[in-house]
Amino acid sequence: MHITPSAFHRTPFPQEPLSTASATGTSYWQDAWRRLQNNKLAIAGLIFILLITLAAIAGPHFSGYSYADQNLPEANQPPSSMHWFGTDNLGRDLMTRVLYGARISLSIGIAASLINLTVGVLYGGIAGYAGGRIDNIMMRIVDILYGIPLLLYVILLMVVLGPGLLNIFLALGLVYWLGMARIVRGQILTIKKQEYVLAARLTGASSARILLRHLIPNSIGPILITTTLAIPEAIFTEAFLSFIGLGVSAPMASWGVLASEGVVSLRSYPFQLLYPALAISITMLSFNFLGDGLRDSLDPRMRK
Amino acid sequence: MNTTILSVDRLSKFFVLNRTFLGNAAATVKAVDTVSFSIFPGETLGLVGETGCGKSTLARTIAGLYSPTEGKVLFKGQNIHCDHGKETNMLFKRQIQMIFQDPYSSLNPRMTIHDIIEEPLNIHKLAKGKEKEARISSLLLQVGLNPEYGSRFPHECSGGQRQRVGIARALAVSPELIVCDEPISALDVSIQAQIINLLEQLQTELRLTYLFIAHDLSMVRHISTRVAVMYLGSLVELASTEELYSHPLHPYTQALLSAIPIPDPAIESHRKRILLPGDIPSPLDPPSGCKFHSRCHYAMPICQKSPPELTATDLNHYTACHLVK
Repeated sequence: MHITPSAFHRTPFPQEPLSTASATGTSYWQDAWRRLQNNKLAIAGLIFILLITLAAIAGPHFSGYSYADQNLPEANQPPSSMHWFGTDNLGRDLMTRVLYGARISLSIGIAASLINLTVGVLYGGIAGYAGGRIDNIMMRIVDILYGIPLLLYVILLMVVLGPGLLNIFLALGLVYWLGMARIVRGQILTIKKQEYVLAARLTGASSARILLRHLIPNSIGPILITTTLAIPEAIFTEAFLSFIGLGVSAPMASWGVLASEGVVSLRSYPFQLLYPALAISITMLSFNFLGDGLRDSLDPRMRK
Repeated sequence: MNTTILSVDRLSKFFVLNRTFLGNAAATVKAVDTVSFSIFPGETLGLVGETGCGKSTLARTIAGLYSPTEGKVLFKGQNIHCDHGKETNMLFKRQIQMIFQDPYSSLNPRMTIHDIIEEPLNIHKLAKGKEKEARISSLLLQVGLNPEYGSRFPHECSGGQRQRVGIARALAVSPELIVCDEPISALDVSIQAQIINLLEQLQTELRLTYLFIAHDLSMVRHISTRVAVMYLGSLVELASTEELYSHPLHPYTQALLSAIPIPDPAIESHRKRILLPGDIPSPLDPPSGCKFHSRCHYAMPICQKSPPELTATDLNHYTACHLVK
């Protein structure tokens, strides 16, 4: 085969670049969301949490029954087309009560996570960042609060204020940020010695800026894990308090109340325990899966 | 001399390790002990010494990260550790910047390269909108990076690229003095040369002054105008590069220089090393008098008693040794 100069010809120079050399940068959160989508379990958890939240908000309106109205002739019915989850010993529709219980359990979960994310993160962050004597005093306060059992607070509060949902919120608010404060402080203590924090201080960054832009974003992994573990823990604490009769009062129903009622009739009507127990377990699993997924996806080093 | 850009006057920095129950110091590390020297505009002052001799502490104190225990650091005649009001303080922070040793921990892993370089511009409100974007691009170009790197995260860059980002961040506020705290010791040898060349190029372009800390003696010789040698928190010798490498006067400097390998096997095999006896003493409990006397071949009785002052033995050659007077 002969190659002659006439075999070559000049292509016209492209007016527009055919393709830009690098992809446009995706933002941090876009990137995290894309990675989260690849995690099937986390997405399943997220979908379940969204579903149960929706059901908790809308469900009780559409079930056609009230959580409180008793209907003794229909007591202890097994699941049927009329009552999907059956009825309890007073003839109340169990599905309505489980959905209603979801409201209470989820709002306690939300309250716990809010307390963790605000009070816990800021308290721990300030203690870790300030260091020295301030850190010492702040963390000794945490230690003292940690030493008093949660149950003691709750019982004392119930004595003073009477049992009720609000007092559970109060009790959780008093102590639920302690673990988070400890974890955030530990993280901040290690991160604040990193050279990028020194570099930021060198350019004159204010303490608030260093805390909010450098220290807390870099401890987001442990913060999220702690939060996602605190939510089911708070839900469980409420269930336990309701189980021993210190929680929400009748006829209100939380999952803990329903479970404790279900235990009584476990031998004759096992479905009365099954549904609230399922609700508690699946919700806790969902939060854990979501927390795991978030931790992986929020870390840019996991980027592929 | 008023021509100095930075003068360090009897600077000391002690760290308290333990406190007694009542809060009194039980153990202190004298990381930097009464150090004085000056830096002239446009020069590179090399600072060498073993690990743990206080180089980094000195660098961070000069940059304003630590406040000194005693003494002062004057930048163009003004004490940088005094409070001059918010605006002047911020101005000092613009004029002295630092390049760090570890390119892996000196960049925030959650910020893109663009955001890392943008931060100092935002803090000092140096530019806005399009002007700011243009400044970031030109900074990246200046350190030899494609502006498209801006959208990357630090973990997507190599060590050399990260170090370039660190340099761009330091340059963002247009400083006059840059404290380079072992900027090349964490890099591969081929990358070290690139970074050194970049630093030299930037020095001529932007008329920068460097305080260059390293323990690679050949690199320091290459880049420095003058070299200072540090031992256990004190300066032992300070001279122009040529003078120091050809006529080291302090026994420690002589031992240090004898450790430089020579890239010629024939000469290298005949190289005489001065081996110092013992280990470097703990900075918690430094020897009395001249701190070097416990390892010095020429130690005399006076060395154990009084610490030698840094004195000029020649024009621009300062040595702290009782032998050299």
